[in-house]
Amino acid sequence: MASIDSALEPILARYGREPSALLQILRDAQEACDWISPTVRAEVARALDIPATQIDCLTRFYAHLYDEPRGRYRVLFSDNITDRMADAPALMARMLEQFGLEPGEVSPDGLLSIATTSCTGMCDQGPALLVNNRAVTRMTPERIDAISALIRARAPLDDWPSHFFEVHDNIRRADILLGATCASGEAIRAALARGRDGMFAEMKKSNLRGRGGAGFTTAVKWEACRDAPGEARFVICNADEGEPGTFKDRVLLQSYAGRVFEGMAIAGYVTGANKGFLYLRGEYSYLRAPLEAKLAEMRRENLLGDAICGDAGFSFDIMIHMGAGAYICGEETALIESLEGKAGKPRIRPPFPATYGYLGQPTVVNNVETLCKATEIAIQGGAFYAGQGTQQSTGTKILSVSGDCERPGLYEYPFGVSIAQVLEDCGAEDAFAVQIGGAAGNCLAPHEFDRCIAFEDVPTAGAFMVFGQGRDMFETALNFANFFEHESCGFCTPCRVGTAIVARMMNKIDAGHGARYELNELNRLDVLLRTSSHCGLGQSATMALRDMMQKFAPAFERRLSLKDFEPGFDLDAALAEARALTGRDDEAAHLGADS
Amino acid sequence: MSEILAQFMLDGHRIAFEPGQTILQAALAAGIYIPHLCAHPEFTPHGSCKLCTVMVNGRNGSACTIKAMPGQDVLSDNPDLNSRRRTLLQMLFAEGNHFCPGCEKSGNCQLQALAYDLEMFDPHFAQFFPAREADGTHPEAFLDFNRCIMCELCVRASRDVDGKNVFAIAGRGRDTHIIVNSPSGKLGDSAFSIHDKAAQVCPVGAILPKEVGFVRPIGERLYDHDTIAEVALREEAGARSGEVT
Repeated sequence: MASIDSALEPILARYGREPSALLQILRDAQEACDWISPTVRAEVARALDIPATQIDCLTRFYAHLYDEPRGRYRVLFSDNITDRMADAPALMARMLEQFGLEPGEVSPDGLLSIATTSCTGMCDQGPALLVNNRAVTRMTPERIDAISALIRARAPLDDWPSHFFEVHDNIRRADILLGATCASGEAIRAALARGRDGMFAEMKKSNLRGRGGAGFTTAVKWEACRDAPGEARFVICNADEGEPGTFKDRVLLQSYAGRVFEGMAIAGYVTGANKGFLYLRGEYSYLRAPLEAKLAEMRRENLLGDAICGDAGFSFDIMIHMGAGAYICGEETALIESLEGKAGKPRIRPPFPATYGYLGQPTVVNNVETLCKATEIAIQGGAFYAGQGTQQSTGTKILSVSGDCERPGLYEYPFGVSIAQVLEDCGAEDAFAVQIGGAAGNCLAPHEFDRCIAFEDVPTAGAFMVFGQGRDMFETALNFANFFEHESCGFCTPCRVGTAIVARMMNKIDAGHGARYELNELNRLDVLLRTSSHCGLGQSATMALRDMMQKFAPAFERRLSLKDFEPGFDLDAALAEARALTGRDDEAAHLGADS
Repeated sequence: MSEILAQFMLDGHRIAFEPGQTILQAALAAGIYIPHLCAHPEFTPHGSCKLCTVMVNGRNGSACTIKAMPGQDVLSDNPDLNSRRRTLLQMLFAEGNHFCPGCEKSGNCQLQALAYDLEMFDPHFAQFFPAREADGTHPEAFLDFNRCIMCELCVRASRDVDGKNVFAIAGRGRDTHIIVNSPSGKLGDSAFSIHDKAAQVCPVGAILPKEVGFVRPIGERLYDHDTIAEVALREEAGARSGEVT
């Protein structure tokens, strides 16, 4: 195809013009062309022989793909509550003012746009932002000024001071995983020595449960995949760490990548899969090059590829697949859809991925931390592992601690640690609330701080956001409501419309127009979302809100107007268009907001 | 060895099913209506509208996607579930722009009929008033996305039956919307024809045939005399006996 733009040709060639690689192609195309222009859209559709609407389905679904120009520098401020508590809104306002822009607006010269994005996973070193998918941490007013100057000078990102892009591990408490040093290949060799059945038996003995939040027993998942009929099997590492307040996988991928990949290989060995995917969230794009280098190194060491460690019957290799800004892709079936080059919408379950996953084949989907745990079990054995933690929650758990504490970062504990212990260790003695498990988790008040991190008490994928005295929990609930409205995939009615109504009601209360009526409605919506939504996103979207309304009622009540009810329809706002058309904005053209 | 009977309980009634049937299919075949919008007897289940949410052995689930199994105790027609369904309908009415009195589909519309059936008196929630486009470029049909409820029946029909892929669903969250596969994005230069299956499956008035507006007056339409339950069960019986309804 001679008409293919020279920038697109190498990208299309890299992915073999495979329609299932559409998301990857569009990401790379955007990197090269700044946006998915009508020309790019048409060329890609022609090259892949797909309807152009298939491209629209992706560009309009993934937040970090653009079908309209967004500027050469696309600045996105992380909008998690921890970033906000560290003054992100003021920093963003400062930058907007410097360029005379509104949020989301593109500068007239096409130089830049500034907007917000969901949590970028830098909560321990925020406020953070992304510039063209690259993370910049520890933002200060001075750093904003420096970035504005670099953008004005049109400096390429590679020429920016490298310390802007530094991402620290911040490991504060290491236990059996973060504290161990393990030689490259040690876990794979240990698994091979145990044999497929032997390794599986150790997994069973360990009673390891998934670290992504749901806590499903890993051995059961592997067994179902191993025993399901299929032409091929796949292992997927879910590194779409999008839950606000979680960043442990970022550290594991940055400093323990070998263990993650060895865990995948072991899963492949036990289940009979010989292909693996690492689904890496777009916000962690900076990790891609080092991860690719690690994969190349492991191939050289014969830890990946054919006849791994000399075992002729064991071939396994790993490909990295990038996300593009969609929280829903952390849901395993949405992730698989995304991996197949589609919009990330959760499938109907059952069938579960273990029997019907990637390309309809048996597939294991495990969290990054879970796969690291498999390497521990290969080396140390299941019994050793089962001896740690509690009876129903064996082993250790890594917590991502952020918010109002002296030492934010990673804390690895045996399961069963109390909330109070974690608070003491991270320097948050005056904590007033802790949000566990991210925006989709539970909010605990001080009288619950003796509860324990464990599947049988307070389950978590690892987020641990601390709120100190004086924090307004309504602000947190509002932030979460806006987050879920933005991240709902739109597939099912209760979540698509329900998250939007919840956000509207929360914003109405925030604007001073809420009454007791809204609180009652929010409670009613909570029940509907929980019971009727298609997947975990909708089912858990109001979990924190419910907790906060119950445990921090004054934060909500003091926002309410004294009236029983105020209409949701704002007549004065509805007249804005009429005012614009008539060119009037005088007092008489307004209805008093308080009348 | 005794054989396990292919039966489950639905609101206290014993329902026989054929292996592979969903709860919704088995219920309809047995003459019991479970409210639904995105399910259609000729298409694979979608499970997105959630109107058919039932309790199966104490757990919530979509009757259109859950396979019927012996031993299931299914609850459907009770005040709690119907109240949830009413709220879901109100959400759909608030989300789109549904002006029943002026809509050509009035009386033939499943959304409207279901709202009557479940005694929905008002949309309850503040209207979203989304700005959605109408497309009159096709000689045979109008597209009016103001009424779209995202059931994707047109997407499925055009893809699976017509083999044309005229429609697709794009966007996310409340920006979810149907798009048309054509150079201009308009229906007029797509491969769409009024004889397509996709032209006939819209449960609401988002896809309307041209030149037949109000040929059948309001008052003489499908749901004007029969409830949606009666119509659905009649169609189901017709489909099973091979008749054209």
